[in-house]
Amino acid sequence: MPAVSKGDGMRGLAVFISDIRNCKSKEAEIKRINKELANIRSKFKGDKALDGYSKKKYVCKLLFIFLLGHDIDFGHMEAVNLLSSNRYTEKQIGYLFISVLVNSNSELIRLINNAIKNDLASRNPTFMGLALHCIANVGSREMAEAFAGEIPKILVAGDTMDSVKQSAALCLLRLYRTSPDLVPMGDWTSRVVHLLNDQHLGVVTAATSLITTLAQKNLEEFKTSVSLAVSRLSRIVTSASTDLQDYTYYFVPAPWLSVKLLRLLQCYPPPEEPAVRGRLTECLETVLNKAQEPPKSKKVQHSNAKNAVLFEAISLIIHHDSEPNLLVRACNQLGQFLQHRETNLRYLALESMCTLASSEFSHEAVKTHIETVINALKTERDVSVRQRAVDLLYAMCDRSNAQQIVAEMLSYLETADYSIREEIVLKVAILAEKYAVDYTWYVDTILNLIRIAGDYISEEVWYRVIQIVINRDDVQGYAAKTVFEALQAPACHENLLKVGGYILGEFGNLIAGDPRSSPLIQFSLLHSKFHLCSVPTRALLLSTYIKFVNLFPEVKATIQDVLRSDSQLRNADVELQQRAVEYLRLSTIASTDILATVLEEMPPFPERESSILAKLKKKKGPGTVTDLEGSKRERSADMNGAAEPAPANTSAASTPSPSADLLGLGAVPSVPTGPPPSSGGGGGLLVDVFSDSASAVAPLAPGSEDNFARFVCKNNGVLFENQLLQIGLKSEFRQNLGRMFIFYGNKTSTQFLNFTPTLICSDGLQSNLNLQTKPVDPTVDGGAQVQQVVNIESLSDFSEAPVLNIQFRYGGTFQNVSVKLPITLNKFFQPTEMASQDFFQRWKQLSNPQQEVQNIFKAKHPMDTEVTKAKIIGFGSALLEEVDPNPANFVGAGIIHTKTTQIGCLLRLEPNLQAQMYRLTVRTSKDTVSQRLWELLSEQF
Amino acid sequence: MIQAILVFNNHGKPRLVRFYQHFPEEIQQQIVRETFHLVLKRDDNICNFLEGGSLIGGSDYKLIYRHYATLYFVFCVDSSESELGILDLIQVFVETLDKCFENVCELDLIFHMDKVHYILQEVVMGGMVLETNMNEIVAQIEAQNRLEKSEGGLSAAPARAVSAVKNINLPEIPRNINIGDLNIKVPNLSQFV
Repeated sequence: MPAVSKGDGMRGLAVFISDIRNCKSKEAEIKRINKELANIRSKFKGDKALDGYSKKKYVCKLLFIFLLGHDIDFGHMEAVNLLSSNRYTEKQIGYLFISVLVNSNSELIRLINNAIKNDLASRNPTFMGLALHCIANVGSREMAEAFAGEIPKILVAGDTMDSVKQSAALCLLRLYRTSPDLVPMGDWTSRVVHLLNDQHLGVVTAATSLITTLAQKNLEEFKTSVSLAVSRLSRIVTSASTDLQDYTYYFVPAPWLSVKLLRLLQCYPPPEEPAVRGRLTECLETVLNKAQEPPKSKKVQHSNAKNAVLFEAISLIIHHDSEPNLLVRACNQLGQFLQHRETNLRYLALESMCTLASSEFSHEAVKTHIETVINALKTERDVSVRQRAVDLLYAMCDRSNAQQIVAEMLSYLETADYSIREEIVLKVAILAEKYAVDYTWYVDTILNLIRIAGDYISEEVWYRVIQIVINRDDVQGYAAKTVFEALQAPACHENLLKVGGYILGEFGNLIAGDPRSSPLIQFSLLHSKFHLCSVPTRALLLSTYIKFVNLFPEVKATIQDVLRSDSQLRNADVELQQRAVEYLRLSTIASTDILATVLEEMPPFPERESSILAKLKKKKGPGTVTDLEGSKRERSADMNGAAEPAPANTSAASTPSPSADLLGLGAVPSVPTGPPPSSGGGGGLLVDVFSDSASAVAPLAPGSEDNFARFVCKNNGVLFENQLLQIGLKSEFRQNLGRMFIFYGNKTSTQFLNFTPTLICSDGLQSNLNLQTKPVDPTVDGGAQVQQVVNIESLSDFSEAPVLNIQFRYGGTFQNVSVKLPITLNKFFQPTEMASQDFFQRWKQLSNPQQEVQNIFKAKHPMDTEVTKAKIIGFGSALLEEVDPNPANFVGAGIIHTKTTQIGCLLRLEPNLQAQMYRLTVRTSKDTVSQRLWELLSEQF
Repeated sequence: MIQAILVFNNHGKPRLVRFYQHFPEEIQQQIVRETFHLVLKRDDNICNFLEGGSLIGGSDYKLIYRHYATLYFVFCVDSSESELGILDLIQVFVETLDKCFENVCELDLIFHMDKVHYILQEVVMGGMVLETNMNEIVAQIEAQNRLEKSEGGLSAAPARAVSAVKNINLPEIPRNINIGDLNIKVPNLSQFV
């Protein structure tokens, strides 16, 4: 064809495009496109063979139509013809069409692969480049099968041109991403590493990308890249901006390559060789220094490029987590950015600080920025930035600032964007639980959460508050009172009604003494909202009513009337009807005793990972949250304060009968409203409490102060547990000596490295308590358990407890856990039996006011005689029967052995069942001992 | 890795769509629409990064975008890319377009769709950054032009066609893409219907 007509032809494309653009309506446009498609189809199918140029024009039109959002299901064959052509322009458009409109037709792929093979073998760099582009863009498994063997050869061949090397490196990277199994490591890997020394910076950049991805899976194989990357980086960072001419971008030398090299180094721990390490530190310092220099250009591109390198350097510093000096500088730098006028920098600073917050060296430094971050939450115009601020507040939260952060998040929630409300709700719920010192605060926070964002409360959140209230008897009365008050509001969220119904059903009796919340008032309040609720909530409320029948016999008749009404007994919903019928029968025929047994208070929930935490992880992807959670340094007291079941002794007291679950709220499988079924929960716990082996699999709770308290009266059990680690104890004591076996179980499938448990005694404690132990193996294999023996000698009486600190590396992150080790003074008790007369004689001898500690306190657990006896014996003293004239009282006697002295101890516990109070008196010959024993024992009831 | 590169105008009309992960045609269109609605409601001069839309990877992915006069350039990337690095890469891409087209405008992207793809291919390959040095990129494109010319001087033809079209009374008045300092505010454009 003559050249002119070709010109006309391309004009045909331009005219077609302007036709489309001139279309006044969508319909007209579709009509014009369909006309064109029909035309192209007929040309392609026509008898007359099309020349390359026409094909090119039509393929171009198809691409344009595709861009407008129309599906193109033909033209592939013509494209394959084009890419097989020897003419560059035809080949180019053919490859473009195939890469944009990927088609998995295997016949077609075979043809394409064939053409690619020819081009790769052509030794024409332009054609090779096109072919490599096509492989990388399509990146299918078929292509990997065909070319994964060939490309490494091209990449490392000595005579390959730079531009082809660049393409080959990225092409290989793409194939490795789609099908790593098809790209086996081989001789070529070491030569790829040496590309880091290449003259051409484009080749180095592409090779760095490739190595970074390969190294993640083959750390050992690419280890040598570290020193090469460091020296390359050092040459760039220290160069004047006039070197590296072309790769200097707005006065910043090779910013992209620097970023890539810093990323590569993040695959590895800090370099071991001092020279390399020193050089790297120098580089990082230079980058940090440059940030303080005045900008070389006012253009935003200059500061962008400079800061891209800076942020990546900070990421590397955080990743290494080993140079406190650099970490603090990084933190200060980010602190400056938090107030920068550029929104992008504020965003990135918030993001980087999140990871910095989990480093032990910089956590405190990050915390100093709390006001700025809170301010960002309040004033940023951009939701992306506010979201980062929420993340950072979550990451920097610890016991010292939890109340402030939770309060700020709650107030932000009132105006927060809908898209992130659910996540904020989860975060608030987790923080409130984790850092609750005072559980009344926790209950208030969650109820506030429901009030502010009721619609965003997922089931996990309200399940959790109920679990916690049930497991902690110290908060039950408060919770009942608070929900009762919250329910007074004329309009309250259905989630509040669920929580309120459940809690009043269990603990309504705790507030029933107040005439303002008498049983009838509680019932009327709940029932006034009953008709507005969904079926699952109504089902839950029916269960509350039957629980009321047991708790408050005086409202039984009223509730029976309600159950008997047609709207319940004949309710169209099967579940509601069944509940009404069954509960009505139960209330009519069962004796009070049976009712009391069947409708007994729910046993504590067995502990497990917080369901809300699991939910947040699911929402955010496993990586992000684990990092935050897993690597957060925890002081022992911070450790999941809430996550243990009620101090275990209670469950022993209440001896959950198997029938308790029969009607347990929510344990009815067909009802989706209740918290997760707790079948066997109480029973299981019972076994754990008294099991005498520190079984590694016992599902006992992570510990804290209460967990510590639980060991006062027993010697064996699980002291601590989180997602990674479990610590079990087994100990024995005789006179002033003791031996404790500590079992560390790795719950993950990954090795723990640098595993170092340390026993820490405060100065005061050291002179009174002698602990000796040997270090354990620093590597704990996945699933393995290691044992450590501690020999204990009590030198004198003491009141503090040693701290067990465990540090290790898990994956890339540093873990640090501290728990209080339950070595308490009463462990050195020797029981002493004596007759009534002897007891009172000695009792009188110890009548000096300093020798006695006496106080009255409220019972925290049900007052069960047998359990109390077991505890006093477990405490170590002898339990003296028939000594006290009042048979309801308990008295005990024993001798505390220390190396220097022996101290006789007498104790007396007087329960007052009516008032649910105890009076505990401890008399010993030494005031500090009396005080300490009183503290330890009074915690147990 | 870069998952997708989307260029659309202020009305959401796609001008360049390139996916490096296979999505069915229909999903591709939905992603373009979703992305457009995500960036449209954002003021200029706020942060250039936002969480990915629901269709493309969710919260593991970020949208990094720049707004030049009538066009939005959006790169959808995963966490292995440096945000500021990608932001600069967009600038490099646009500056390169500007060099190759001499004052690039939206119309150039429409009438030289193939060419724009070729330029992009020199910058990004299979979702990975291939070249960041503008001189190198421009040299590659010039080499391509020479090859084209040697095959029959075809490159001149579309240019002529475009200049012809540019003189037609177009419903949309093209505006040059402002690639200067990004901090300068784009003047309020009169709305064209």
